[in-house]
Amino acid sequence: MTTSLLPTDAPSVVAPKPKSAGGGLGRYLLIRFLLIFPTIFILVTLVFLLMRTIGDPITAAQGGRLTADQLAERIHAAGYDRPVLVQYVEYLGQVFTGNFGNTISDNRPVTEVLLTYGGATLELAFYALIVAFIVGIPLGMLAAYFRDRYPDAVLRIAAILFYATPVFFAGMMLKLIFSVWLQWLPVAGRATTRTELAMQTLPNKTGIYLIDAIQLGNSAAIGDVLSHAVLPGIALGLLTAGVFLRLVRTNVIGTLGTDYVDAARSRGVSEFRLVRKHAYKPALIPIITVIGLQIALLLGGAVLTETTFEWKGLGFQLAAYLSARDFVAVQGIVALLAVFVALTNFVVDVIAALIDPRVRY
Amino acid sequence: MTTELVPTGHVAALPPTKPGFFGRLPVLKQLRQSVGLQRGMLVAGLVITAIFVLVAIFAPLIAPYGFSQLRDDAGAFGAQQPPSAAHIMGTTVGGYDVYSRVLWGAQTAVLVIIMAVVFSIFAGILLGLVSGYLGGWLDRVLVVIGDAIYAFPSLLLAIVLSIVISGGQSSLWGGIMAAALSITVVFIPQYYRVIRAETIRIKAEPYVESAKMLGAGAPRIMFRHVLRNATRTLPIIFTLNSSEALLTLAGLGFLGFGIEPTAAAEWGYDLNKALSDVTSGIWWTALYPGLAIVLAVLGITLVGESLNDLADPRLRGRKRVKQKEGTMSLTSVDKPLPSETEILEENA
Repeated sequence: MTTSLLPTDAPSVVAPKPKSAGGGLGRYLLIRFLLIFPTIFILVTLVFLLMRTIGDPITAAQGGRLTADQLAERIHAAGYDRPVLVQYVEYLGQVFTGNFGNTISDNRPVTEVLLTYGGATLELAFYALIVAFIVGIPLGMLAAYFRDRYPDAVLRIAAILFYATPVFFAGMMLKLIFSVWLQWLPVAGRATTRTELAMQTLPNKTGIYLIDAIQLGNSAAIGDVLSHAVLPGIALGLLTAGVFLRLVRTNVIGTLGTDYVDAARSRGVSEFRLVRKHAYKPALIPIITVIGLQIALLLGGAVLTETTFEWKGLGFQLAAYLSARDFVAVQGIVALLAVFVALTNFVVDVIAALIDPRVRY
Repeated sequence: MTTELVPTGHVAALPPTKPGFFGRLPVLKQLRQSVGLQRGMLVAGLVITAIFVLVAIFAPLIAPYGFSQLRDDAGAFGAQQPPSAAHIMGTTVGGYDVYSRVLWGAQTAVLVIIMAVVFSIFAGILLGLVSGYLGGWLDRVLVVIGDAIYAFPSLLLAIVLSIVISGGQSSLWGGIMAAALSITVVFIPQYYRVIRAETIRIKAEPYVESAKMLGAGAPRIMFRHVLRNATRTLPIIFTLNSSEALLTLAGLGFLGFGIEPTAAAEWGYDLNKALSDVTSGIWWTALYPGLAIVLAVLGITLVGESLNDLADPRLRGRKRVKQKEGTMSLTSVDKPLPSETEILEENA
């Protein structure tokens, strides 16, 4: 979990900077785009080197199960007995062409694993973000409105509690209350077997169950998919909601002290309306930037949430490969996620730059 | 600097009572500064954290059983026993006493936090100082590397590192070291960023210039002049990172990269084992270790949060301005001291 509470994560309202000569949106976007490559390169290199320091992946996966000769033969066949530098250059070339290797345990291309399970993780992250927005932003505004009074203190402690509760513990407690005791919601999984089988027949299934269920046009299937999504969505969403709450609160309080809000206040605009209409929108800009950092938090949280709810996504699969000691798969998935994180951060920065000219420095 | 050089106005601007040695210690200073709700949150955080640390220290004395104890004189504990007089929090699926493991777990957590934070502070400060002070290509490369690591899901990185360090499973010290080191690498960029930014700011200060003029070498300036002044924000990051270290440790444990139950008690591991219990309605194996994590993180975060708010004047709650304190704002500008009546008029 990337720190969500560090001061550096909460860019407050940035002071307007003088325009740099000759700079501009185009230049900023270009530089930002070029920065993707070193980021991916560094992470891929880091993961490769780290994973190779413990030896070759075949010994790790099959060690003890095969004789020394068989092992050596397989290592040689896979090329793991060559110098690390040679392997590294080859690996970089493969990554460059979008080939992240094959898993050892079930011999599938890692890219295929990503395509099969990525949709599920994306769907979970989407639900979590919705929960985070619905819970975090209004509560943050409320906390700013009641600044330094008791509702504020309660909300801030709630935000810390959201952050302090590990997603898997939150998930287990939600499961216990709503699935086991009250029996309102399903215990685990993404849909009932019946719905899943029905979705298999779809000609162009996406792997994102909500879209697939809508394609089926069956309201029972949609309800089924959504009821499975409630608890994982809340468990993962509350984590991010806490971050949003804090951020909105800090920024709204910051904006409430600015001149234009003072001007509105002096015209007799009520304090509630000030928060609701005047201070709210500029306070949302930092949220867009922070969503970029939240992607990392959400991905880390997704691994834990998916394991808790047997949500068969990338994180669940990663945990499975980890326990199978299939380190090629782990390396591939982690490297692919690095690419994904770098790309989403780029997109988020572009959006932030388009919305707020102050970002382009 | 002698007092004659200071304009009289500045002397008058000093607070009436100078805080003593204890008043200048990082946390105690903020405690003095705080008022109202902020003080309440800080005190609550300090109390919870103190209890957490005390439990960690005295776990061997408080815990009724060992963390890997399966039987006592009366026989085996039995698996998944509901809470009773002998086991006030019940027993786990593996037949351990939940209460004892919760207490012992605090010890593991504190050890990992201390080690992780100490390692990352040292590495982060060193890199931040060197990179910020020397600048150049080294600085640029380190910034890009730091940003790349910073943007990546830290749990995933910690998983990769714990595979590398321990091969996934381990003994007490192996496990603790693996967890601590994996967390360290993830945290170094955070310290690095802060110290680097501070170093760049301080580098331009006149006293650094004059040290250079006097012929002090780069290492001396870095460690003597810059470092001392760059550590201002460290207590905040320190506390906030501790809570994150705890969560990362629990996350690693939950994914099965924790410490073996026979080597030490670890809350995340216990929660992992409790996952299937929950489905069959067994609540005590999950509730208590989970609450322990929440409370410990809550306590540390409350302290960190309060320190953060107190460091930011926009967020700091202020004491009600008294008549007497009004004189400060007037005298701190370079103009003749106003008369008593002028002050009263100004404050009216």
